[in-house]
Amino acid sequence: MYHIALKMLMADRGKYIMLVGGVAFASLLMTQQNGVFRGLLSWTTSHMRNVRASIWVVEARVVTANETKPLKDTDLNRVRSVPGVDFAEPLFLAVTKARADSGGEKPVQLVGLDASTLFGRPPVMLEGDLERLRLPNAVIIDTLATVRLGEGLGRPMRVGDTFEIHDREARVVGICKTEKHFFGYPYVFTTYDKAINFSPRQRKMLSIILAEPSPGQTPEEVAARIGRETGLHAYTSAGFSQATTDFVWANTGIPASFLTTITLGFIVGIVISAQTFFSWFLENIRHLGALKAMGASNGLLARLLLLQAFTVGLIGYGLGVGLTAIFGLIVLPFEKPPFLLDYRSLVLTGLAVLLICLVAALLGIRKVSRLDPAIVFRG
Amino acid sequence: MTVPSPNVAAGPAVQVDGVSKSFGPKDNQTQALSGVRFGADHGELHLVVGPSGCGKTTLLSIIAGTLRSDAGDIRVLGQSLSAFSDRQLTEFRGAHIGFIFQQFNLIPTLSLVENVSIPLLLQGVRRREAEDRAGALLARVGLGDRRHRNPLELSGGQQQRVAIARALVHEPQLILCDEPTSALDSRTGHDIMDLLAGGARAGGRCVILVTHDPRTYGFADRITRMEDGRVEEVLSGAAVQQFAAQPH
Repeated sequence: MYHIALKMLMADRGKYIMLVGGVAFASLLMTQQNGVFRGLLSWTTSHMRNVRASIWVVEARVVTANETKPLKDTDLNRVRSVPGVDFAEPLFLAVTKARADSGGEKPVQLVGLDASTLFGRPPVMLEGDLERLRLPNAVIIDTLATVRLGEGLGRPMRVGDTFEIHDREARVVGICKTEKHFFGYPYVFTTYDKAINFSPRQRKMLSIILAEPSPGQTPEEVAARIGRETGLHAYTSAGFSQATTDFVWANTGIPASFLTTITLGFIVGIVISAQTFFSWFLENIRHLGALKAMGASNGLLARLLLLQAFTVGLIGYGLGVGLTAIFGLIVLPFEKPPFLLDYRSLVLTGLAVLLICLVAALLGIRKVSRLDPAIVFRG
Repeated sequence: MTVPSPNVAAGPAVQVDGVSKSFGPKDNQTQALSGVRFGADHGELHLVVGPSGCGKTTLLSIIAGTLRSDAGDIRVLGQSLSAFSDRQLTEFRGAHIGFIFQQFNLIPTLSLVENVSIPLLLQGVRRREAEDRAGALLARVGLGDRRHRNPLELSGGQQQRVAIARALVHEPQLILCDEPTSALDSRTGHDIMDLLAGGARAGGRCVILVTHDPRTYGFADRITRMEDGRVEEVLSGAAVQQFAAQPH
């Protein structure tokens, strides 16, 4: 009987396309908006992937990677002295202004690395030599910076070009690839001492201490020990990412805005699918009554309706997710808008579609269980 | 749960004794049937006739087991329907009763062979076998070459032939027909009645046909005439032909 149910469903082309289209639209809206939202969230934690370290030690009141408070220089040695810390290095991290040949000022994310270890180095070097970062005035810029700072040149900035950071000359010795940051500022890497020289002088200049646990120690254990013994806040990389995204959830309207769109997608999906399925059901009620008169049990009819609803759901979900994937493939090279489609989005959308189908099927099942087969004898 | 089997040896195909049925709230009830006695035998084409609202369709629904009576006993193919649970009734109906409806009730999105195979599929017969048997029966009603067409491509008479094939495909002992000719022209109606009468007599089946179409009266072996929820008279033999010849 199941092939009969599927044929009954698919033969009514208009309704079938409307049903599948409703679910596909809902799936597309939910996954696409979720993907853009997650992409945006991932941008807020790009420091953790562009400057890689297992443990990030910050001032005790810091709750997000995008808003640090300076530490005392002595804090570095305090962290180094905590048992279980293999090594700890300073990191300068601040938004500052760079001026290219065009004269226009561009904000950049300045990252100062320990000169001896270059710990926190750029993840992917595209051009140049990382070791040359130790040369005077040397900086490594990311691909976004080559475009932004090269506007006045009429071409992307290259290795050997110069620009100014707070009136001090910076010479490009390398070009790297980074993940884009939420604020949209390009990354400029240099050594810690040069970063301090590039920036306006303040009493405390140390932004973050990066640390690695000794062999046999987990980052979680060592971070907790650093926190206990220094009074500073030591996050694992994952913990700092989580704290940063939690901050976005708690302090910005971005999640609410995206959740509204995702919820609307879900509601529209339910309304279109459930309503269309129910109207299809009402059009076929005499046939279902005839099947019941001919010996189809309520259980069998319920299974047929569930099969129909979940078939529509599966096809609609596949189409919606497929369209989202195509959207992702188109926008990812440009990173506009940000996009990150992970398994959680797919599972959540799948569960939402499951719910949509269940609601649609239950409306029909409720009706069919009360359907009097004698309806077929009533002209 | 096993499907209750018919007990064909136990007397008439259908035996209804003192059946009553009313509809509506207690303070404003409509009495559809009052103490109805009715019987139909194997190999018989039995017409139930009467004006609209006389209780014909209610009686047919009760015999089909799609409607429970308020009182009385209904024995169908030797089994007492009142002893069955709803689920047993559904299974019994599916296995042993064929239906022909006034509006045909063919599913327009399915082919003829798929429509006819439904009763077999409901019995758990495999798809290929069900469609083979359905195709053979469609050939018997003259539609073998159109087995893959949709019902809406056929005339009313052809659709009713398909409905007859669907009612016969699982070889039920009882066929219940609700106004099967009222939507058909005179010639087509005559053909359909020929088919039904032939099916009843050749297969030893009992065919009960509710109608108010006088053109069908002459085909009956017996006619039960109803009025106001009661059986007025039961005609058989020459009385049937006399009744059929009267102007209605």
